[in-house]
Parts: sequence; structure tokens; C-alpha cells
Amino acid sequence: MVTLQHYLILSAVLFCLGIVGVMFRRNLIVILMSLELMLNAVNLTFIAFSRYLDSIEGQIFVLFIMVVAAAEVAVGLAVAVAIFRESGSIDVNNVNLMKW
Amino acid sequence: MEALIFYVLGAVTVISAVCVIFLRRPLHNVLFMILTMIGLAGLFILLNAEFVAMVQLIVYAGAVMVLFLFVIMLLNLDQLTASGGPRAMRWWIGIALAVGLVVLLFPIIRAFVPAAGQGALTGGAVQGLSNTEIIAKELFTTYLLPFEIASVLLLAAIIGAVVLARKKL
Repeated sequence: MVTLQHYLILSAVLFCLGIVGVMFRRNLIVILMSLELMLNAVNLTFIAFSRYLDSIEGQIFVLFIMVVAAAEVAVGLAVAVAIFRESGSIDVNNVNLMKW
Repeated sequence: MEALIFYVLGAVTVISAVCVIFLRRPLHNVLFMILTMIGLAGLFILLNAEFVAMVQLIVYAGAVMVLFLFVIMLLNLDQLTASGGPRAMRWWIGIALAVGLVVLLFPIIRAFVPAAGQGALTGGAVQGLSNTEIIAKELFTTYLLPFEIASVLLLAAIIGAVVLARKKL
């Protein structure tokens, strides 16, 4: 019997994996992908609650999250391309012009 | 049965997510991310959200990850080497996989019954609407304004991406 807690734990695991990816990888592409992983974990939470609380709003909100995530990935990858043109690599340790 | 499917899909998703984060080559990360998206789509179907599962496959696995692949190949971030081995073998493997996919999908396509079946998720009585219809009923009446604003957001994202990726800043 799969309860709500199963889905919540799975979603929490995915979210924490996304956080680990954002914090510990230096490749900008992988950081953006870990960000997508976090957003997908939240999507799973919303859909699980939508099913177990018998409400459709969760799934509608997931559609909007997907819109925002796609837009953010497009802009983020454009930024990655611009960074690559400037410094020749997408190592985020090179993006330190504003460091004091 | 549902528990078995849940654990299998959950294991596939978590292991793919771990591979996304810890592998070295960006191409491998993207491919495992696609597998994660497919696992999540399976979990959505298990949660009776078929429309969202299909949108997830189309938008995330089909568009966002392909965008990642485009950028990786545009910036040549991963040294692609042509694989060795005889070419005829790859043809046969490709044909066998395509035939296997058709065999897998054939009973699903044959048994397609439009509409019918799903219990409503609107907290009311069971109306026999499909998941897509329930979402459409709410999305285009109560949530029409966020829907239109989402399209404006996409327009802003398009303009932003084009401006940021130009050659002359």
C-alpha cells in the first residue's frame, strides 16, 4: 500500500540530491540540471498531494511550474553560452568578477 | 502491485538522479536526466495524473533536455568520439529496438478508448471525466489569468534568451 508519505520521502530525496548537485558541482550545465531536478521533486510533491487530497489545483500548479522551469532553463543556458564566450569555460569558479 | 511499480520507478528515478549529479561527462548527465524525467512521468501516471505525465515527457524530456544537448554540443563541452565497431551491427540493433518498441506499444494503441474512466479529482462526485478534461475545466475558467500571464512569461524568456546569447553584447 503506497501512502502519501512514500511519495513525500521520494520527493525529498530527489530534492536533496538536486541541492547536492547545485552545491558541489562546478560545471554550469550540471548545476542547471540539478536545479531542474529540484523543480521536478516539487512537481512530484504537488501531484502526490493532488491525488491524496482529491484536488486538481496541484496538477494545474505543476503545469505552471513547468512553464517557469522551461523559461528559466532557456535563459540560464543563454547565460551559460554568454559566459562561455567570455571566458572559454563554464566553470563557475571563473565567474568571480564581483568577488571582493 | 502498485507498491511494486512504485518501488521500481522510484529506484530508477533516484539512481538516475545520482548518476546525473556524480558523472563526469556532461552528455552522460543529460542522458541520465532524461531517464529521471521518464521515471517521474511514470510516477505521475501512477498518481492518476496522465495529462501532466505526458506534458512532462513532451516539455522536459523532449524540449528542455534537448536544449541542454544543443548547448553542450554548440559549446563543444564534451569530447565526442565516434564509436568503433562495425556499422552493420548498429543498423541491426537500431532496427531491433524500433520493432521492439512497436511491439510494446501495439496493445496500448489498439486498446485506446477515448474519454471514459477516471474518477474526478475535484473533490466532488465521480463524474467520469478524464484527467485532461478535469484540468481543462479548471485551467480555462478559474485559472485563466495565470494561464495568460504564463504566455507573457514565455515571451519574456524568449526575448531574454535571444538577447543574452547574441554575439555582440
